[in-house]
Amino acid sequence: MPGLGTSYGRGGATTAPKDLVNSDAILIMGSNMAENHPVGFQWVIEAREKHGTQVIHVDPRFTRTSAMANIWLPLRAGSDILLLGGLIRYAIENELYFREYLVHYTNAPVIISEKYQDTEDLEGLFSGWNPKERKYDPTSWLYEGAEPERWGTAASSHGGHGGEGHSPADLNHYEKDETLQHPRCVFQLLKRHFSRYTAEIVERYCGIDKEAFLHAAKTFCSASGPDKTGAICYAVGWTQHSTGVQIIRTAAILQLLLGNMGRPGGGVLALRGHASIQGSTDVPTLYDILPGYLSMPHFGEESLSLDTYIQKYEAKTGWWRNFDKYIVSLLKAYYGEAATKENEYGFHWLPRVTGDHSHQGYWLDMVDGKIDGLFVMGQNPAVAGPNSGMERRGLQKLKWLVVREMVETETASFWYESPEVKRGEVKTEEIGTEVFLLPAAGHAEKDGSFTNTQRLLQWREKAVEPPDDARSENWFMLHLGRLLKEKVKNDTQPRNAGLRALTWDYPTEGVNVEPKAEEILKEINGWKTDTKELVGSYTDLKADGSTTCGCWIYSGVFPKEGQNRANERESKDFYGHGWGWAWPSDRRVIYNRASAKPDGTPWSERKKLVWWDEEQKKWIGNDVPDFVATKRPDYKPPEGAVGDDALAGDKPFILHPDGLGWIWAPTGVVDGPLPAHYEPLESPVRNPIYPERQTNPVSERKARSGNEYASSPDGKFPYILTTYRLTEHHTAGGMSRTLSHLAELQPEMFAEISTELAEELSIAPGEWITVSTARGEIEAHALVTPRMQTLMIDGKAMQQVGLPFHWGYSGLVKGDIGNDLVAISEEPNVRIMETKGILCNVKRGRAHGDGGSSTARRVSRGDVSKGAH
Amino acid sequence: MAITAFLTDATICIGCKACEVACKEWNEVPEDGYVWSGLSYDNTKSLGASTWRHVLFLEQPLAAGPQLADTSDPFRWVFLSDVCKHCANAGCLEACPTGSIVRTEFGGVFVQKDVCNGCGYCVVSCPFGVIDKRYHDDGRAFKCTFCYDRQKVGLMPACATACPTESIQFGDMAELKERGKNRVAELKERGYGDARLYDPTETSVGGVHAISVILGEPEAYNLPPAPQVPTSYLKSAWTSAFVSAAILLAVVLAAFAIRL
Repeated sequence: MPGLGTSYGRGGATTAPKDLVNSDAILIMGSNMAENHPVGFQWVIEAREKHGTQVIHVDPRFTRTSAMANIWLPLRAGSDILLLGGLIRYAIENELYFREYLVHYTNAPVIISEKYQDTEDLEGLFSGWNPKERKYDPTSWLYEGAEPERWGTAASSHGGHGGEGHSPADLNHYEKDETLQHPRCVFQLLKRHFSRYTAEIVERYCGIDKEAFLHAAKTFCSASGPDKTGAICYAVGWTQHSTGVQIIRTAAILQLLLGNMGRPGGGVLALRGHASIQGSTDVPTLYDILPGYLSMPHFGEESLSLDTYIQKYEAKTGWWRNFDKYIVSLLKAYYGEAATKENEYGFHWLPRVTGDHSHQGYWLDMVDGKIDGLFVMGQNPAVAGPNSGMERRGLQKLKWLVVREMVETETASFWYESPEVKRGEVKTEEIGTEVFLLPAAGHAEKDGSFTNTQRLLQWREKAVEPPDDARSENWFMLHLGRLLKEKVKNDTQPRNAGLRALTWDYPTEGVNVEPKAEEILKEINGWKTDTKELVGSYTDLKADGSTTCGCWIYSGVFPKEGQNRANERESKDFYGHGWGWAWPSDRRVIYNRASAKPDGTPWSERKKLVWWDEEQKKWIGNDVPDFVATKRPDYKPPEGAVGDDALAGDKPFILHPDGLGWIWAPTGVVDGPLPAHYEPLESPVRNPIYPERQTNPVSERKARSGNEYASSPDGKFPYILTTYRLTEHHTAGGMSRTLSHLAELQPEMFAEISTELAEELSIAPGEWITVSTARGEIEAHALVTPRMQTLMIDGKAMQQVGLPFHWGYSGLVKGDIGNDLVAISEEPNVRIMETKGILCNVKRGRAHGDGGSSTARRVSRGDVSKGAH
Repeated sequence: MAITAFLTDATICIGCKACEVACKEWNEVPEDGYVWSGLSYDNTKSLGASTWRHVLFLEQPLAAGPQLADTSDPFRWVFLSDVCKHCANAGCLEACPTGSIVRTEFGGVFVQKDVCNGCGYCVVSCPFGVIDKRYHDDGRAFKCTFCYDRQKVGLMPACATACPTESIQFGDMAELKERGKNRVAELKERGYGDARLYDPTETSVGGVHAISVILGEPEAYNLPPAPQVPTSYLKSAWTSAFVSAAILLAVVLAAFAIRL
């Protein structure tokens, strides 16, 4: 996640849920933690109950999380940066920031290039805007004195999941003003940039009572300083916006200001929505990165040779100096003996990124008939994708579709069960897609690991054999790979050379010829190429082909034969060392060098975590130091030092070329070095901060027939819609609407509306209503509740509508599809769609006439038995 | 054998319903119908033959202690996981004519499903409306078993095991009662003025094995403030029946006496 990656160096959550018990205040925003992470939420409850921690929840709805919070603030969906910017301004104006931390550990004192101009000067744009290409040249965002030697044009700089601070610019040379007074130092630029994010603006445009906001601001910003810390928890309530990365950046900046990073009870906890979502970016299923956040090569000059590619992504200073070791070891893992120095370790066999191949990008290509076939595993895009009606139209254009699932999901049954087919808009016999539904093993039916929210790898052993023909993903990929390799065995076409060279010799076991999952983990961990002796850590990796490693950040999870550290089950201390293994190197709270003062002693007894021990001449403490263990706190780099040696002993953010926490992001974020408020792509108000720039200038609307937008504001769509999950269901329902004990808990589609809106539209509780957007309409029961509040926005009463998206046309319980209403749009850094804060209309009555919903079905057995008493 | 109990604390229940699901999974309880109720997030609606743990969702126009909720009116959302009370004087047990309902060594009240004949006397005898018949099935009565099978081998009941926030605590009854009292005192001190322990000991049910920490009136949680076991009415019922019979007899005799 570049929001965290650019701010701190790594894209993962910086701490563990359990560490929340050490917090003095917890801000939960963009997350309904109690409902979607109930197990992790136990630590929030424990903190509140046993330590008197103040829990603040900000959310458009009063949820089960709000019910547990000390403070709940409502919020107009999409106004997040106004609120968080308001907190930054509050901390600065009231001098609640942690000055010593700020001066030493962040780039607050660093002076920025004279060429830089702020959104305050350019009516909502940063300097470097190229209106033709609709993107920024970020050269003017660099530090003064940082040599743009290999920077070249900004057009060659990509954002995205890989752009996490490994910059070619020499960011370790800069001017700074430790008094924080220089008008071009980051602190002063930040102060000026957020000066208009006042409590009055928050009240007027977020819909939060000024006094309530100030109370919350005081509560959270007071959890700062040597003796106190506060934590922030977020989830996709922040991510799924056209400004998602910048929302997270705003929070990241706040945490640096308050000195809350790398310390017990501090940090930013990116809550992941599924068992291995963190794992799926570490060893990615994303199109723009390779394992371990190495950027995919992009088509063009940068990828002409391995050298030019390494030059582009390797940093001169900081940990990314080691980029070459990680990419060469990865190529050795992919191509084995076929990867030689002469053929640049097979670098030319890697595909090149030629355009937008994100979910949104390739799905629109599919709608345009540009894609022949699709594998769908562990996903249900026919109801889970944005504008899922359009996604289903894409499926109709495929020649073939393979769905591997435990149940027949909507994606597998779209050709005969979808609302379009039911309504007769398209006939089954007109759909040419050949659909293969293959049975998949469940998580208890296969070995493997999950990487959870806190970057913790936990091993899972197969409990039972999968039934019938159901097989694991590992099995499927192994055998598919074998078949494909067999097919091209005698093929001489260059395009298949990579496939022929690919190592695909995983040992197997059992009657089902399952690959041994531990062997895969060993490959991820890495070994010495000649002896196959496992490496102990990524510090053992080399750039000369003598080591092999599938994902450098996981290196150390399997340091010796028979020592699968993900499978360790005995917790030895508070942070759980001995239970599973956290990347990197079992560090539970990353950047934890910042838990000590610059001189290496703890900030306070209460908040100590790791510290310098002069006797042992190393860093010790309650966690594995996220720092070179023997690097003295007073270490000063010699002239010309490179890599980690170029970072002084008081620079905790070791992945960054300057070792600093980035309040200012000189590189890595495509839509600005600081976050600025832009309205959602559909909004009922004009941008109050930058009237000239309504929306994020770099975001993409992907507007086209079938993916239309309402105007901002729009008389036809006067209400704000936000989609979300309930604790009772799992995402699009494939794993919960098919199970009776979960399906009965939330059996039908509903929409949450305020009592005022219900009165205005004469809607009785429980009645059918129709919710529509520019993309389509669906029906739902009205859940009328005071938990939805009427907000006063710019003097007008504003209504928000809450819509869970769990239902579809398959399973035990069915209902209309919330995602049919969402647009396919793209946040510019990670290309995620905007599902929070879109415009809708609400009408009384059903969408599909009184004859019944195309998808809704009711079973009334419970009514009979319950009605009897 | 220790006398055990549940202490369910509504002030730390997050309404996740893991207890409901764990109960059904462990005890192989069937689903209770796929009907959306419109009652907050509660779709199983009440305890019954096929819902042995039930999480109640209470949306109230009252403040939740010192919580600051930025709303125009005071508002709170309280969750309580309810369960069979396993009364000391259990109405269901006393009414059961077949001997299907028995008292276990842990103090719980247990329905032997192979003995129950579905007469339904227990259903009307429960002062809490807990036990019920599976009308769509063969009509036998079901309710919480207090996870007798789990307790027997030293395990906690499934609901308490699944609870992520320890809202459902299980253990020695005397100890939990003490803990409940202390909890209420602590909550009051922290500004939860209407916190109280629901533990009806002064009534004819003679104490229960499932007590709760709640905010506000028990009636809001479908909990009777003074539950009575039907047999407690027996003495007065028999007395009045006897008196009525005596009067009737006297009148009849008097009628004859007048004739004579």
